[in-house]
Formats: sequence, structure tokens, C-alpha cells
Amino acid sequence: MLKLRDGIVELYRKVATSLPPDVEEAIKAAHAVEKKGSNAKRALQIILENIRLARETVRPLCQDTGVPVFYVKNPIGISQMELEKTIIEATRIATERIPLRPNAVDIITEKNSGDNTGIGFPVLYFKETQGSTLTIDLMMKGAGCENIGQTYKLPYEELKANRDLEGVRRCVLDAVCKVQGKGCPPYILGIGIGATKDQVTRLSKEQLMRKIQDVNEISSISDIEKRLLKEINSLGIGPLGFGGKTTALGVKIGVNHRHPASYFVDISVSCWANRRGRLIW
Amino acid sequence: MVTKQLSAISYKLSGKKATIIKKQRSAISSQPSGKKTKIINLPLTKKDVLGLKVGDVVLINGLIVTGRDKIHQFLFYEKPSKKDIPFDLSGTILFHCGPIIKKTDDGYTMISAGPTTSIRVDMYESKIISDYGIRGIIGKGGMGENTLKAMKKNGCVYLHTIGGAAAYLADKIKRVIDVWKLEEFGMPEAMWLLEVEGFPAIVTMDAHGKSLHKEIEKESHKILQRLLKM
Repeated sequence: MLKLRDGIVELYRKVATSLPPDVEEAIKAAHAVEKKGSNAKRALQIILENIRLARETVRPLCQDTGVPVFYVKNPIGISQMELEKTIIEATRIATERIPLRPNAVDIITEKNSGDNTGIGFPVLYFKETQGSTLTIDLMMKGAGCENIGQTYKLPYEELKANRDLEGVRRCVLDAVCKVQGKGCPPYILGIGIGATKDQVTRLSKEQLMRKIQDVNEISSISDIEKRLLKEINSLGIGPLGFGGKTTALGVKIGVNHRHPASYFVDISVSCWANRRGRLIW
Repeated sequence: MVTKQLSAISYKLSGKKATIIKKQRSAISSQPSGKKTKIINLPLTKKDVLGLKVGDVVLINGLIVTGRDKIHQFLFYEKPSKKDIPFDLSGTILFHCGPIIKKTDDGYTMISAGPTTSIRVDMYESKIISDYGIRGIIGKGGMGENTLKAMKKNGCVYLHTIGGAAAYLADKIKRVIDVWKLEEFGMPEAMWLLEVEGFPAIVTMDAHGKSLHKEIEKESHKILQRLLKM
């Protein structure tokens, strides 16, 4: 699996040093609408310049190269254990070569492993698929925005949030207002709704893999995604919290069935540097 | 004054003598081209800091140090005396940053260096500002009420730079001069002594007790109340 290992190293390089075109386009559009001479416009200008510089000089566009999160779709018959080994080996090589910032810290000894590998690090999700194509999606998730994610349990009296999509809307607006500019806006928000805590956090993070222009196939969810984006951008928090028209670039919601007694809403936040990429093998 | 403080920075760790640009110029000046942009030449005095206001766009020149979670915890609980720290922190800027730096044969090369979220070290910062004479914090996201009070009391400002713009900002760092606690804390958490030139930031918390973050938070909550009809 030597070639695959090198392919994953290159995937790391691409994801760490260049932003997906849809995100860059959304930032350009945001830059165009911010007021001339404003701090918001100045900040987006520097962000765009940074994206160009990082790509051209092949350097990580953010020094926090984050927690690597892999979503692997493997054809029947390909060993997940072998894939896991290969990904871990590629992570070590990528950390040294690109270089990435070593981010894996031992809970007991507080020692940084130095190579971005450790217990549950990187994060790996596998799913078996039909056909012969191996698909490896990688998100490099910065910690600043990871820290501001939140989980709500409905109903929530303080917000007058019931167990319905209106309740979800109230939670999302509250969450953004609470965190203000602390996680590098403009944000991309991933929201997961469902029965269990672990399921909704995973679902909300998966939403961050969707392209900015991606439209939800469930029309009532698609409507609320659009409405929330508009409302979040009316809050005035703006790029990096400097004030302005662009607090979010996208809102993406995923739903699972829930238990009659449970209604969990989880919000995963990505900073503007929504680093994701795909390797098809 | 400026020269004296600059040359006071010592290098106990490596023992090497770094060449420090000694410039006889005022600590803060307005840039002729940009109307709003102010130039900061480190180190700063309390008087210099009082001249900075929320909304000022600044470009920073001189020596700064990095420090994030572990350095803050260490300074707060272990309280090392100034002589135990290899760099003179008084009058300088503390940059909330865990950079990517590559070790080379003749030192270190900066690869990527943007700000980290400042609020995480909020509970330590007021004491560190007053104990070590820090005049500026570079970070992102802003800080809380206690830090704002300490900034007013001691003469310190919060300089908000561009989160995530780490390649761009790394290019404003001209030299990695030295490092403290690298072995113990690791690359992201060590205290790096850096020379910056034209490093951009916006003053979002000043020494007069004003905070842009507080204002925006207040306004956005009003809008939220309207959206939720509460």
C-alpha cells in the first residue's frame, strides 16, 4: 500500500495548503459586499491574499493544521485495519514533510507525540460501499472553531425552543451570538439533529464536508438553511468579529430519526478556513 | 528610552548575540500614506499605549514573544522572576500563537504563524500583564472583562490580527531569534522570540477601557432578541 500512502500524504498537502474553490469563491463574494474602508473588508482582503500565498508557496494556510478527520468509503474486501495503518503512516510523513503542526497531546503525560498520531488521533470513520472505488475524504479541523461547537437538548425553556425546526433555528442563532467572533468567522455551520448525543455531533461535523452551494434535498430543511444564513448575517458580528455583513458563508443541516423522548441539536462550526479534500483511488 | 529597553533583551539560553535594530524614533507614528494606519515600534511605554484607540489600524515593528496555554499557565502558577525568563517582557507584545517552525542547520525558519483564540488564556492574562509589564496582546477573538480592566490599570492594548492568515503573517516575521521552553512544552506551546516588521493588527481593546468586542456583542444580542421575538 505504498502508493496509497503517498497519495494520502499529497491529500494532506493539498488540504493544508489550499482552500476548496467553493470556499474561496464565497470569501471573494463576501469581500465584494463589505463596506469600502471597513475592517471587515480589510480582514477579508488579507485572508484572500493569505489563501493565494499559502497555495503558491505550498505552506499551511493556517498554523493550526487541526485534528485530521478522515471519512473513508472502502469497497468490500479492502481491509479497514490496513487502511488505518496506511493513514497513520501517511500522517507521520505529512507532519514531517509539509510540515504540519504536531497537535496530538497525551492526556496523562501532556507530551506532544510530535507526529500528529496518538490514541484516536487522527479521527477515522469507515463505511463500506459497493463498487471498486476507494474514496478518502479529509477535513483538517482547526481547534479554535472546534471549541465553540455546542449541543442543545430540546425543549429549551430559556430560548423558548420547542422540539421542532423553529426550535432548531432558535438554538443556532443563540449559539452564533454566544460565540461571537471567537472562532474565526465567516463561519460554515454544520448542524446535526437526532436521537443520541454521539450521533448528532458526528452528523453535524459531516455537514462541513458539503460544498457551500450544495442545496439540501429536503425542501423544508433547505428553507431553514437559507433563512438561518440570512439571519446570522444580520447579527453584525462580521469577519473575525470586527463587525460587518458576513458572519457565515454557509449553514448545512443533517437529520436523523429521533427517539420520542429525545431531540438533540448539535452545532459544529468551521472557521473560514474550511479545509477539506478528497482522494479517489 | 526605546534603545535602552531593546538592548536590555538578553539571550541566556543560546548565549548568542543577536543584532538588534536600534532605531531612534518615536514608538508610535502615523504612516504618511494611510490615514488611519499607525506604526508601532517596540518596546512601548504606558504613555505610548494610551495613544492607541479602539479602531486604530496598526503595523508592528520590533521584538515580540509568543505564548499560549502552557506559557500562560506556567507564568501564572510558577511565577518565574523576570531574571529567570531569558527575554525581557516589559514593554513588549505577547502574541497568542502556536507557530509552525522548521529547524534548520543554522537556526529556525518560520513557516506559518497566525493567532490562536485569546479567550482561553483570559483567566491568567490580567496577572501576567501586571506582573511582567506586557504592553500589548496580539490575538484573535478578544478577551474578557478582567483583562480589559488590567489593560486599563496597567497600560496595555489588545491587537486583533487576522485569524487563519498564517502564511501572510509568517511573512511579516523577519526572524526567529530564540526560544524558551521548547523541550518542555513543544513547538506550539514554547515561547518564541520573534522580530516582526509591518505586522498588521487592529486595536479592539484599548487602555481606556473600551472594547469593540463588547459593543458588537451588545448590538448582536439586541438583534437576536428581535429575531427570536423575546
